[in-house]
Amino acid sequence: MTEPLLSVRNMTKRFGGLVAVNDVSFEIRRGEVFGLLGDNAAGKSTLIKCISGAHHADEGEIFFEGQRAQFSHPIDARRHGVETIYQDLALANNLDVSANIFLGREVKHSFFGGLVHTLDNKAMLREARKTLETLQIQFPSLTQPIETLSGGQRQAVAIARAVYWEAKLVIMDEPTNNLGVPEQKKVLELIRRLRDQGVPVILITHILPDVFAVTDRLIVMHRGRKVAEKITAQTNTEELVQYMVGARDDSGARGDANGAAATAPADPAPPR
Amino acid sequence: MTDRGSRIALPAEAAASARETPAQRVALLLSRIWAWLFLGAMTLFFVVAVPLVSGGDVNFLTVRNSQNILVAIIPVLLLGLGQTFVIISAGIDLSVGWVMSLGSVLSALALRWAFNSVAPLFPAVVVGLIAGVAGAAAVGLVNGVIIAKLKVPAFIVTLGTSFVVRGVAYLMSENTTVIGLPPGVRAYGNDALLYYIRGNGGGLYVLNRPEVSGDLLRRMDTILPYPVIFTAFIVAYAMFLLGKTQFGRHTYAIGGNMDAAVRTGIPVDRQIIKVYMLSAATAGVAGFLSTLRFTAGSAVIGDPLLLSSIAAVIIGGVSMFGGAGTVVGTMIGSLIIAVLTTGLVMLNVEAFWQFIVVGTVVIVAVLIDQSRELITGRHRGGPAP
Repeated sequence: MTEPLLSVRNMTKRFGGLVAVNDVSFEIRRGEVFGLLGDNAAGKSTLIKCISGAHHADEGEIFFEGQRAQFSHPIDARRHGVETIYQDLALANNLDVSANIFLGREVKHSFFGGLVHTLDNKAMLREARKTLETLQIQFPSLTQPIETLSGGQRQAVAIARAVYWEAKLVIMDEPTNNLGVPEQKKVLELIRRLRDQGVPVILITHILPDVFAVTDRLIVMHRGRKVAEKITAQTNTEELVQYMVGARDDSGARGDANGAAATAPADPAPPR
Repeated sequence: MTDRGSRIALPAEAAASARETPAQRVALLLSRIWAWLFLGAMTLFFVVAVPLVSGGDVNFLTVRNSQNILVAIIPVLLLGLGQTFVIISAGIDLSVGWVMSLGSVLSALALRWAFNSVAPLFPAVVVGLIAGVAGAAAVGLVNGVIIAKLKVPAFIVTLGTSFVVRGVAYLMSENTTVIGLPPGVRAYGNDALLYYIRGNGGGLYVLNRPEVSGDLLRRMDTILPYPVIFTAFIVAYAMFLLGKTQFGRHTYAIGGNMDAAVRTGIPVDRQIIKVYMLSAATAGVAGFLSTLRFTAGSAVIGDPLLLSSIAAVIIGGVSMFGGAGTVVGTMIGSLIIAVLTTGLVMLNVEAFWQFIVVGTVVIVAVLIDQSRELITGRHRGGPAP
């Protein structure tokens, strides 16, 4: 609990004249769920992509497990234990649960001194079942293709995949979007379970009930800047909304000094 | 707060299979096995109809006819095998027809050259095989690299290479059939594992074609010609590759969700290149076998087979959207086309009817495939993210 697992320092990312992420710093510790809040185009996704290697920050540093880290590619980040679960989950809908958990890292039998390799489906099924056990997830069947599963079940598969591959940090992008209420609860429950197993989670969301249900700490972003850093138990919905719409700002660099330039490029939110 | 110790069971909203009514389940089953049923029904029809029409002189269900069907199936099946992998990976290979032609011409030229350079027959045949397959695979490599690395749609790339290959095949064959192959080649392309002569003075011959003529020849059945056996090995390997190996799994994954495949670290580009090389290589084998069969290389042999092979793949249940299909399905699809063609000929029906029937079956096949979603009320790929 002493040393932060991930530490982001003064990160800035520009797209041409647009400053999508503006001098953002924060730290993640083991065993916490960390909320990353903000309205559309606040810079949440860009920030996450800079961490996971999909983008390269223009300024700032990332320290992961105390080491200076600069992931060149999402797969590189993943190899180091940073697993990002995007909304589309990166599941192959035509394949079954265990095939998806092992996608790209299949377990193989080897014959004739390594000349012939076949898939070891039994071993993969066994390991998949074990992982789902530890997360206390139950499926009717692990050999059903993903396309027959519900949204919440798919989330569970994506989470189980991260857990099996010993993710040290899981980043989840709006995981409860498009889910029914009972399933939202189950996904949040899974996030808690991840934390209890010592895997911190960065939860990207703008859904405040989710924030209060699972996060321990949070930051709020507005137009690329970090406008607040709070302990969840010490804030409330009203306050967070004010931060999210830009009515409050703790960062000091008040207001729209950068004007339109501070707005992230994709789908810019109208000024409120 | 939720109780932390509780298990998370997630069956409620989906688990569609558990909610299907018995009627739905029957409909689903039918939609999966219809090709088998259709093949069976069609065979039965010919078994009954052929003797009726011929007044009992001709039977559909004979050893000879079954072997004819097996031989007829080879090129369509070989082209379809590679195409199965390509289409499962959500691609399409329109070049296989002319690649087969190229394979035929190349293998004939190489075989002739090797034999004339004083190689014995068998090594010369092997040289022909290697040349045909390697030349074809080179085309597949070009297809794959342009599709995977330069991101040009497969339809366009393979259409383009098909024209290029057509030109190359004509140029290499000097717009004529490549002849002058050693006469012994005929045996490789037509002889069989077993011969059986029915009735008087007959018997079973293994690995040895009896020199007979006249009545005895008419009573002789050729069982399991070498090309059929050769093709069977390739089919078995394709089944293994698609169903049991990482190569197959990755092919399905790419067709199911290309993004997911990339993000989970599957070497997608390399896999796509390999799939197109495989497709071209099986077309090359088809060309080689046709060279053996006719003791000649031909630049026009493959083109008419392209669409038949795609039809066979679709009838066999490979999804044009990628991600679904099997080698066995493609085999059934090829069988349906071969049985249909043979049967119609034996019924003395104009051969052109086969096109009308095959075309109809292709469309029906896709309709049945789509009806599965109607039956279950699910959409392929699930709800939008």
